[in-house]
Amino acid sequence: MLYFDHCASTPPHEDVIQTIAEVMRIHYANPSSIHQAGADAGNLIERARGLVAKLFRTKPEEWIFTSGGTESNNLAILGAARQYAGRGKHLITTMIEHASVYETFQQLEREGFTVTYLPVDEFGSVSAEAVEAALTDETILVSIMHVNNEVGSVQPIADIGRLLADRPKTLFHIDAVQSIGKLPIDIAGWGIDLLSGSAHKVRGPKGVGILYMKSGLKLHPIVYGGEQERSMRPGTSNTPSIVASAKAFRIAIEEAEARCSQWRMLRSRLIGHLDGIQELVLNGSAETDSAPHIVHFSYPGMKPEVIVHALEQRGFVVSTKSACSSKDDKPSRVIQAISDDSRRAASGIRISFGSEHTEQHIDQLAQAVRDTVAELKPLERRN
Amino acid sequence: MSSNIYDMVLLRLGSEITIKGKNRARFEKVLADQVRRALRPFSDAVVKRTYGRLYVELNGHPYEDIANALRDVFGLVSFSPVKRADVDLESIQETALAVFQANKQRKDTFKVTVKRGWKQFPHDSLEMNHLVASHVLRATPELKVDIRNPQVDLRVDIQQGGAYIYCDVEKGAGGFPYGENGKGLLLLSGGIDSPVAGWLGMRKGLKLEAVHFHSYPFTSEQAKEKVITLAKRLLHYTDGKFKLHLVPFTDIQTSFAQSGQERLIITLMRRAMLRITEKIAVRESATAIVTGDSLGQVASQTLGSMNVIGKVASLPILRPLVMMDKVDIIQLSERIGTYETSILPYEDCCTLFVPKSPATNPNLEIVEATEAGIDNLEAMIEEAVKNTVTVVLRPEEAAKPARESEEDRWF
Repeated sequence: MLYFDHCASTPPHEDVIQTIAEVMRIHYANPSSIHQAGADAGNLIERARGLVAKLFRTKPEEWIFTSGGTESNNLAILGAARQYAGRGKHLITTMIEHASVYETFQQLEREGFTVTYLPVDEFGSVSAEAVEAALTDETILVSIMHVNNEVGSVQPIADIGRLLADRPKTLFHIDAVQSIGKLPIDIAGWGIDLLSGSAHKVRGPKGVGILYMKSGLKLHPIVYGGEQERSMRPGTSNTPSIVASAKAFRIAIEEAEARCSQWRMLRSRLIGHLDGIQELVLNGSAETDSAPHIVHFSYPGMKPEVIVHALEQRGFVVSTKSACSSKDDKPSRVIQAISDDSRRAASGIRISFGSEHTEQHIDQLAQAVRDTVAELKPLERRN
Repeated sequence: MSSNIYDMVLLRLGSEITIKGKNRARFEKVLADQVRRALRPFSDAVVKRTYGRLYVELNGHPYEDIANALRDVFGLVSFSPVKRADVDLESIQETALAVFQANKQRKDTFKVTVKRGWKQFPHDSLEMNHLVASHVLRATPELKVDIRNPQVDLRVDIQQGGAYIYCDVEKGAGGFPYGENGKGLLLLSGGIDSPVAGWLGMRKGLKLEAVHFHSYPFTSEQAKEKVITLAKRLLHYTDGKFKLHLVPFTDIQTSFAQSGQERLIITLMRRAMLRITEKIAVRESATAIVTGDSLGQVASQTLGSMNVIGKVASLPILRPLVMMDKVDIIQLSERIGTYETSILPYEDCCTLFVPKSPATNPNLEIVEATEAGIDNLEAMIEEAVKNTVTVVLRPEEAAKPARESEEDRWF
């Protein structure tokens, strides 16, 4: 079986698994306890925090550990909006955000905030001009994903950051879940106030998210019950997974540059193959301005679940849309925003790869897609 | 980012105003060494003296990173990011405009100050002022020249090999180069104040060591760890070595607690601490004691208390925070990076056995009588000095205490 669903989750690194097992066995004490065993566990968490901070050229006290990307996004957005509601009640995001951002903004609308959902172009990118046009004196938060999780489009974070540089009242949140370890991130240079990441997208364990919050910021907590993570994220800290996550982030970021060129090569090879299959439409950009590890296409007239299952029978794991919303059978909100074509939005397939893949794997996958399309062609729906 | 346009950083020394003659040359050499130390992580940066000034050549390192490191160097009054231009009019004009536009501050008014160090350059400085200013004005017509009180002073320094252009002036830490004014011992508790007092002492050129008193098991291992963390942070501001003296204080403190003079216990403790510190100071050839006292902040910091407590020491007691307000102290502790550690909730021995209403105006005679009533006090003080453990912190160790090496594989 070849696994092409790295955007949903990645195979954990062997060293990550070993670290979790060792730390779990030795450092089981509660890291908040005052005895030495607790302090030892607590020190490991602080070392992990220090490592994460260093990877992003930030300060350790600017990071908190959460239960995952979804919680990081929720805490950043709900926390910032509720904390700074007194400064204004307008928020800006895009139409192509992950559900953990998009639905959080919908919740804030129910709480009385006004939200602008920016549209994207045909390649799935929002423009800095659109952000500029949407800004008002009331805007307290702009939240934009770095890399879109369905089509891999890259958003102009640096440009938007520059735009917000002289607006201290407007916080800038980045959902970097799909970009960490894939593309360079410059937190200070881009003027980022809040940034979310997730360990299991970079071959770390599930259940660990990271959230950057610039010095001096406060977030209204969304969970109550303890002083862990400066009271902003109470609950017993998950020592083994946090330590292993720091390791996973380190490996991913250190190797990103080398991996990235490998992925770009694989991506353009796969797009070359798929180009020859006339039933398929590529979503997003074919060029190198896209994320290096994602290829997304639609087969208008075909239910994407059918393609997923047909490819699975041939030994290839791919996905429809975001795993977080793949169980509903509504058309993809993201593809709809890009293409304004409900047939395309209802038939998307995402292929995302990792460092274990080779050119040969890509060729095999392309052949399987070709065979699957040929097999399913007679069953196409015309409307 | 725009800050990457720069080639070098011009450093300004306090000595230019206050120190003359032989001392000044030494001062500059020491400062250059400190800057080199601070910039060690930036392998391509070079510290140089050119045309009588101290410069850092960036050689590709982002200016912001270098500036962050420079902000912590004592003795540096201010610094400016500089761009080099070829010595021809057009190149100077263009570079001046680029430097001016890279300046992010609000600017409605400016002036140009040209210095022509290389007299063969065809335009004199007065002419150059106009030629550069008019070029900048053409690109930014809303701007006005104000010779007397400009928001931005765009400076052009023309030398034979190149023209050096800058307009940003960033404030440095000020003070004296580390260690230029003798050695002091800091009473380091674990609270917010003492690390700030230590930093202010170092900023004024004191070579610093710290003394910490612990009363295990009344205080915890974590309290000690916390002080080590603070000391490691202070290490960052030193010349690469920081001594921390850990004094066992349990016996002395418990004997005071049983002395029947509950309201005087803080006075007694502070006096014992000073006695011990002075003995360590003599051993370490230090000639001052630095404390975080701030007038009136707590019972031991009233004038009456300071008087009775200070009587036991013959070395000068430096109290850098004595006239500062708490909010300002907190602000400084945030700036120097000790605040987050200082507010960790582990009890240190200064807060142990603290009575509900400690004496704010202790009576010297009663204090001395109480001390005389503790028959082995002098012996306990000698014992404490003898059993003091001295930890020498260095940058490598700061990053990696012994037991962490076996944990390295997890990270």
